[in-house]
Amino acid sequence: MIVADRKPLTEILKMIEAEKKILIVGCKGCVTVCNTGGLKEVEILAASLGIARKKENSALTIDTTIIERQCDNEYVAQLSETVNDYDAVLSMACGVGPQFLSEAYPDQKFFPAVNTTFYGGAVAHGIWEERCAGCGTCIIHDFEGLCPIARCAKSLLHGPCGGSSQTKCEINPDTQCIWDLIVSKKMELGKLDDLLGVRELRDWRSARDGGPRRSIREELTQ
Amino acid sequence: MPCTGRVDILHLLKAIEDGADGVYVAGCLEGECHYLTGNIKTKKKVTYVKQLLEEIGMEPDRVEMYNLSSAQGGRFAEIAREMTEKIRQLGPTPIKN
Amino acid sequence: MSDLKSGSNLEKVLTAGHFAFTGECGPPKGANVAHLVEKFQHLKGNVDAVNITDNQTAVVRMSSLAASHLMVHEGMEPNFQMVCRDRNRLAITADILGAQALGIKNMLCLSGDHQTFGNHPQAKNVHDIDSMQLIKLVTTMRDKGTFANGEKIDVRPRLFVGAACNPFADPFDYRVHRLAAKIGAGADFIQTQCIYNMDKFREFMRRAVDMGLHEKCYILAGVTPMKNVGMANFMRKFVPGMDVPDTVIKRLKGVEKKDQAEEGIKFAIEQVEEFKEMEGVAGVHMMAIEWEHKVPEIAERCGVLPRPLV
Repeated sequence: MIVADRKPLTEILKMIEAEKKILIVGCKGCVTVCNTGGLKEVEILAASLGIARKKENSALTIDTTIIERQCDNEYVAQLSETVNDYDAVLSMACGVGPQFLSEAYPDQKFFPAVNTTFYGGAVAHGIWEERCAGCGTCIIHDFEGLCPIARCAKSLLHGPCGGSSQTKCEINPDTQCIWDLIVSKKMELGKLDDLLGVRELRDWRSARDGGPRRSIREELTQ
Repeated sequence: MPCTGRVDILHLLKAIEDGADGVYVAGCLEGECHYLTGNIKTKKKVTYVKQLLEEIGMEPDRVEMYNLSSAQGGRFAEIAREMTEKIRQLGPTPIKN
Repeated sequence: MSDLKSGSNLEKVLTAGHFAFTGECGPPKGANVAHLVEKFQHLKGNVDAVNITDNQTAVVRMSSLAASHLMVHEGMEPNFQMVCRDRNRLAITADILGAQALGIKNMLCLSGDHQTFGNHPQAKNVHDIDSMQLIKLVTTMRDKGTFANGEKIDVRPRLFVGAACNPFADPFDYRVHRLAAKIGAGADFIQTQCIYNMDKFREFMRRAVDMGLHEKCYILAGVTPMKNVGMANFMRKFVPGMDVPDTVIKRLKGVEKKDQAEEGIKFAIEQVEEFKEMEGVAGVHMMAIEWEHKVPEIAERCGVLPRPLV
C-alpha cells in the first residue's frame, strides 16, 4: 500500500495560520492501514492543532470527517454538502487524495497534512518498509521475488556493489543489502548463472521517467 | 479502567486541550501488568504525546507516566505530590477556553 | 588480448607482458588548473597511466573528462573514470564520444559511491544503467561501432576498458563470480579496491586464477600506503567495503607517530613485492591520493622504475 507520514505539526500550523475554520478529512484506505490518516489520527491531529491554537489564543474551529477513499470521485462526492463551509481543508490521505479533492471542489483550498513516501508493507507492527518503486516493468521473478530497483539504493541490476558489508547497504547499517539476499538465494538454489550475464538496458518509459502515467481498462470505460 | 493499556493518546490530548494543567497516568510496575503488556504500550503512547506537545510548544512534562503496584499506597501519595509540584513549577496551562 | 584496442600506453605495457604500475589523482574541488598540473608532475614518468577520479565519494570536483584532457595536454596518460550515479545513458554516451575526441584512451567503469556520502546528499541519483551495463555499452561502441540504441557511430571510441573489483565486500564467495561477469561483459583490465588483508586477497586470487580469469583480463592489485594509524582506523570504520585487519593497525601503532608514514610505505612496498610474484596479478594500482609527491619515492623503492617504454 501507499505509505505516508504526518507532516510536522509546525508545518501544518503554518499552512493554516490564517484560517479560522477548518475541516480535517481522513481516508479509510492506505493511510488508515499505516496509521497515519485514519479516524484516530484525524482526531489526534485535531486535538493537537486545537491545543496549539488555544495556546496562542487564536480561535480555530476544527471539524473532522473521514471517507472511504479520497482517490474515488464516488466517495469524494459525499463531501459536497459541507466542504465549502470551511476556510480550508486538511487532507490526511496520500498525495492522490488532496488532488482529487481539489479537482472536485475548485473553490476550496486543500492542504496535504501528510508526506507520501513509498509503496510498501508492514514488516512488523508499526514498521513499514519500501518494496516497490512503481517502475512499470516488474522483474522480481528474475531475482527470486526480490526487487533490486526499489530495494537497492543504486537500483543496480548486477549488484552488489563494492560497498555491501555484512549483508548491509553502505548508506545505512540498518538497511538490508538486497543484493546480498538475492545472491544468497541464487547460490542456495544453484542458479548463480542467472546473475552472470549482462541484462539489457532498462526501458524507463514505463516508470515515472516516461511522464505522468495513465491506465485504462477499455472493457470498463463507458 | 482495568488497565492503563486502555488509555488512548486522544484521552491525554483532550484533557490538555480542555484545560488540564497536567495529566498523569499511574500504571502497574513494568513486568507486573495484569494484562501482560498494557502498561508498556501506554508508556509508548505517553512518550508520543510528550513529543506532540513539544512540537507545538507545550511543556512535555505536563503529561507523565508512573509505575507502581496497587499495594504501594505510600508511593501513590508520593507520586501525586511529585506531579503536583512539577505542575506547580510549570505554572497553569497556557490554554484558555 | 592480442590486437590493440586503444593503443594506450597502459594497454601496450600489459600486452607486452610487463608488470604495470598505475597511479591516481583526484581533480580539484574547484577549477584551479595550475595546482592540478603541479600534482601531475609528481606522477609523470613514474606510472603507466593515472586514474582521474569522477566525483569520488560523491564529493563534487572538476569533471574527470576535463581533468583527463588536461593530463593528455601535459603529455601523460589518464585513465578516465566514469560513475553511473550522476549521468544517464545519454550523458554517458556523449562523454565517451568526448573522451575519444579529446585523445583519452583508457576508461574505468564504476557504479559510484552513493551521494549520501558526499557534499550534495540532497541530489537525485541517476543510475539509469549500472557499471556492468556500462562496460558492455562502451565495448560495444568500440568493437561493433553501435550506440546502445543500435545506431551506427562514425568514429568508434578506441578505449581500453577497465572495471573495479572489491574482493573485500560481501558476500565474499560471490565476488569472484562478479569479477567473471565484468570480464564477460568486456572489461580489458581490472583494478581492485586497496588491499590490506593479504590473506583474503591471496584466497581471492587463487579462486580467480582457478577460473582462468587472469588469462582473459589484466588484474591490477590496489595499494594505498597508510599515512598514520588515524587513517587506518578511519578507513576501517567509515569506508564501506574496506577490510583493514588488526595486524595492520597494530603494526602502525607499534611505531612512533612520526615514523608511521614510513611504516605504511614499508608495508605497501612489501605488498608490491609479493604482487610481482603472485600468480594472476598483472600489475599494481598505487592510490597515493593527496600524497602524489610521495609516488616517485614509492615507485623507486618498489623497484618499478624506470617504467617500460613501449
